[in-house]
Amino acid sequence: MKVLVGVKRVVDYAVKIRIKADKSAVETASVKMSMNPFCEIAVEEAVRMKEKKIADEVIAVSIGPKQAQETIRTALAMGADRGVHITTDARTDQEVQPLAVAKVLAALVEQEQPGMVVLGKQAIDDDSNQTGQMLAGLLDWPQATFANEVTVADDKASVQVVREIDGGLQTLSAPLPAVVTADLRLNQPRYATLPNIMKAKKKKIAKHKAADFGVDLASTVEVVSVEDPPVRQAGQK
Amino acid sequence: MAALRTVLSRVVSRHTAAILAASSSCRLPVSSSVLLHRCRSTGAPDEDVTLEFFRPETSSVPSLMDIGTRRIFTEDHDIFRTSARRFWAEEVVPHHAKWEKEGQVSREVWLKAGEQGLLGVNTAEELGGIGADLLSAAIGWEEQSYSNCSGPGFALHSDIVMPYIAKYGSPGQQEKYLPDMTAGRKIGAIAMTEPGAGSDLQGVRTNAKKDGEDWILNGSKVFITNGWMADVIIVVAITNTQAKSAAHGISLFLVEEGMPGFKKGRKLEKIGMKAQDTAELFFDDVHLPASALLGQENKGFIYLMQELPQERLIIADMAIASSEFMFEETRNYVKERKAFGKTVSRLQTIQHKLAEMKTDICVGRAFLDQCLELHNQGRLDSNTASMAKFWASDLQNRVATQCLQMHGGWGYMWEYPIAKAFVDSRVQPIYGGSNEITKELIARHIVS
Repeated sequence: MKVLVGVKRVVDYAVKIRIKADKSAVETASVKMSMNPFCEIAVEEAVRMKEKKIADEVIAVSIGPKQAQETIRTALAMGADRGVHITTDARTDQEVQPLAVAKVLAALVEQEQPGMVVLGKQAIDDDSNQTGQMLAGLLDWPQATFANEVTVADDKASVQVVREIDGGLQTLSAPLPAVVTADLRLNQPRYATLPNIMKAKKKKIAKHKAADFGVDLASTVEVVSVEDPPVRQAGQK
Repeated sequence: MAALRTVLSRVVSRHTAAILAASSSCRLPVSSSVLLHRCRSTGAPDEDVTLEFFRPETSSVPSLMDIGTRRIFTEDHDIFRTSARRFWAEEVVPHHAKWEKEGQVSREVWLKAGEQGLLGVNTAEELGGIGADLLSAAIGWEEQSYSNCSGPGFALHSDIVMPYIAKYGSPGQQEKYLPDMTAGRKIGAIAMTEPGAGSDLQGVRTNAKKDGEDWILNGSKVFITNGWMADVIIVVAITNTQAKSAAHGISLFLVEEGMPGFKKGRKLEKIGMKAQDTAELFFDDVHLPASALLGQENKGFIYLMQELPQERLIIADMAIASSEFMFEETRNYVKERKAFGKTVSRLQTIQHKLAEMKTDICVGRAFLDQCLELHNQGRLDSNTASMAKFWASDLQNRVATQCLQMHGGWGYMWEYPIAKAFVDSRVQPIYGGSNEITKELIARHIVS
């Protein structure tokens, strides 16, 4: 079966973020960007499924500017087979909303017919934690979010997912196709080795616009201002 | 808009474009679509380069070690650098203090490096290497310096020893050694220096006497990197004592661990590079089959001269990378350390020294990147490599001394990274051809 994986280009987790002078958004000019850590875990899970011969093709998809190609190439270097790049110049940390992303992914799913979609549980820039859930809703597919462990049944007709929830661990069984979102402890992503980086150069990345899928990425939400949290005050004696 | 851009690009001359570029402010917004021409001296056609593709140099980004910098590299190089950085942080750094006490690294780390594709990076795929470009190999050297772990002799193994076998070895020799060396199963070393001869390479006494088709090797070597753990060693030996000059009577041999008569003396106790298994080697009537001769008889000196520029480039690049590391380490320290009611970084004397050091290092980095680019195209001459070697290693030592001083008493403590970087730097002006020798070579070209 095919596995579709979403990868988002975000500000690197180690960067100390700053707000732009006009308070309109976080400063991203000349700031180090990387693949969202939860997306890395999602790619790793998909590639492991391919190695176990559960999946036969892993497709990495990203919505973003030209540089999102680098994020897709990292996924290819980790073992994904091909990429899909939906180009946009809108800010993916606040202008492109999870519902719009879910709509694009839903359209892509109709085209590619994967047996599973694996996403990171949330992006570390907007911390929305909505895309996977909304996608499942739009597709009318089962969803298993905050995955700690994913086991596909031998007949590939269902998947068992252990989820991290507030009360502990919950085990769900869902028929395939399904949407799974990856949590931190699902796996430890591999290094992109140099031979795989070189092989990835030959892998294809298809470019599209959201309009090609009949989706308008325009935001329905207007960000009024972005501010630092207030400076911590001294406690009371 | 696109049409206008194309028209402008044909109208604006290189000269004007250069002025436009130079006069724009340093803080250029990434998302702007200002046209910039890349002035190329190679005569390649102009490209419309928008700022989105602009790769900043180390002088204008938050850290000298930031990934995504330096225009000699591409995004694919960045992906590799991220993986390499992670490898050094996860597989080497946690064990390095233990390896310093033991005087060597583990076999496991060599095998792990092989698994990750970090060895034999620049060796051709057909010969069993990874088949990537020289710049990818350079990333390996630099990431080692950035991790401040001088123990593993990966650079020597991959980019000094393996090239000899790849270039001058027979198909049988290449097949026997290169795939295993890329996997980290066989560790390589090269033995030139002797107790009585270092810079004076023509003064070697280790010799190989013909015995039918075979050879009998006698002599000793000292200061051999990877010497203690090495499985295959390229040994420099005299094979023609009647040659008109010593240079015309030297050959290279592939000697293997386990050959009768070949003994590894001991791991040498150095003042720095404590985890590196530098050793002395003894050859006592070692019987070498004809197949152990590397390349042609009596051509050894020529091979050495051809390979030394790359060795010097490695030393130079690692010198600048180490300087970049020491600078960032020190800058972080002085921003935290308090004295006289404020952080040490608020003192003008410290600030000016940091400004001077950063400038020197960035200037050095610019020259090194030029050398790396030339060497990647096969155009680096030995002269330029020698210049890079002595200049960069001298800079590294100046930076090390200043940075250690800025750490105060803690800089003298072994547990502090700057202390290790300081002692490690001291050998750089010495090995790979002492800086004095490199100046001899450079001067010859100037005055002849």
